[in-house]
Amino acid sequence: MTEVTPLFEVFVRSRRGLDHIHVGSLHAHDAEQALEYARESYIRRGEGVSIWVVESRHIHASQESDVESFYDPMDDKPYRHATHYELPEGVDNM
Amino acid sequence: MSEASDLEQRFEDKIAADERIEPKDWMPDAYRKNLIRQMSQHAHSEVIGMQPEGNWLTRAPTLERKSVLLAKIQDEAGHGLYLYSATETLGVTREELVAALHEGRAKYASIFNYPSLTWADIGAIGWLVDGAAIVNQISLQRTSYGPYARAMVRICKEESFHQRQGYQIMVRLAEGSEAQKQMAQDALNRWWWPSLMMFGPHDGESAHSAQSMLWKIKRMSNDDGRQKFVDQTVPQADIIDLTVPDPDLKWNEARGHYDFGEINWDEFMQVISGNGPCNRQRLGQHKKAHEEGAWVREAMAAYAKRKAETAHD
Repeated sequence: MTEVTPLFEVFVRSRRGLDHIHVGSLHAHDAEQALEYARESYIRRGEGVSIWVVESRHIHASQESDVESFYDPMDDKPYRHATHYELPEGVDNM
Repeated sequence: MSEASDLEQRFEDKIAADERIEPKDWMPDAYRKNLIRQMSQHAHSEVIGMQPEGNWLTRAPTLERKSVLLAKIQDEAGHGLYLYSATETLGVTREELVAALHEGRAKYASIFNYPSLTWADIGAIGWLVDGAAIVNQISLQRTSYGPYARAMVRICKEESFHQRQGYQIMVRLAEGSEAQKQMAQDALNRWWWPSLMMFGPHDGESAHSAQSMLWKIKRMSNDDGRQKFVDQTVPQADIIDLTVPDPDLKWNEARGHYDFGEINWDEFMQVISGNGPCNRQRLGQHKKAHEEGAWVREAMAAYAKRKAETAHD
């Protein structure tokens, strides 16, 4: 059986102070190699200042069938939004 | 140049350039300690702050009010989570942070040591306490530590709902019966000064302010934040015909700000050193909840362990 090279997910921080954002994936034998490949593959043009790599098998994702429950609280709990509350005239900034 | 001073120079350069410091960056020990102190105090405040509001959950006047209050309290727990997690990026564990709170080594906002006596207090807390917190938190969106700044951005997005629901409670009471209006006025009377105290001592007397400003952990001075809060809140009280309990309060045309009276600093010192009306109750309640919840944490761990073992079989 041929050995499968592990898959890594790549996250890049475009600027200091911002969140790392997922940009894609790549194959590598270890994390160090993955970082090097990511540097070569994803930030050749200064797209980022920091890279995170995580082996794909360590990512646990929600299921599409869960989506309804993500939106449910928004649909029937409009009071969670500031715009639900009318301000008296003269108070415009709260 | 030695390696240590080189690292320090690079750190100082980032601060000077208004760049964010990120968890894996080198940072001075004192910077790290200062952040852990401030961020954990902020996290503890979010969590302890659930208590005065929780006090009215079962007595909210309508189901709608109850749902709103429940949603707000849930947000506060979430804010605590964002802040604890951000603090943990500095290399301290959640267990250590909670232990520091329980042993009295870490503080939380002194305002939560005041009791919530009537339903109007729930209005006053949202309007004034969250209002004051927002002034502070807006400035902290630009704090120099990346994870703290990002947590603040998330929190600020949710705070506006908190303040508005509180103000709306005050609006309704203020336009209600004489007794309801009196209840709103009484809540304003009791929460106004403690809200001003939330900004901390005068700039010249604040223990950590100067260094925190230099490191850009703090982006706004205590006195500037307090002034901003007074300026934006007084007109909101005027509009609903409630009176801010400060005889010295008056608009100063020349300054373009309200002048206001001096805070009772003796009371402030008493409350932060543990002698406020509810200090023991708040901390006692937190410890009790933590201890009584131990079985849940143990059960979760046991379940996960069992599941992992079965998966291997």
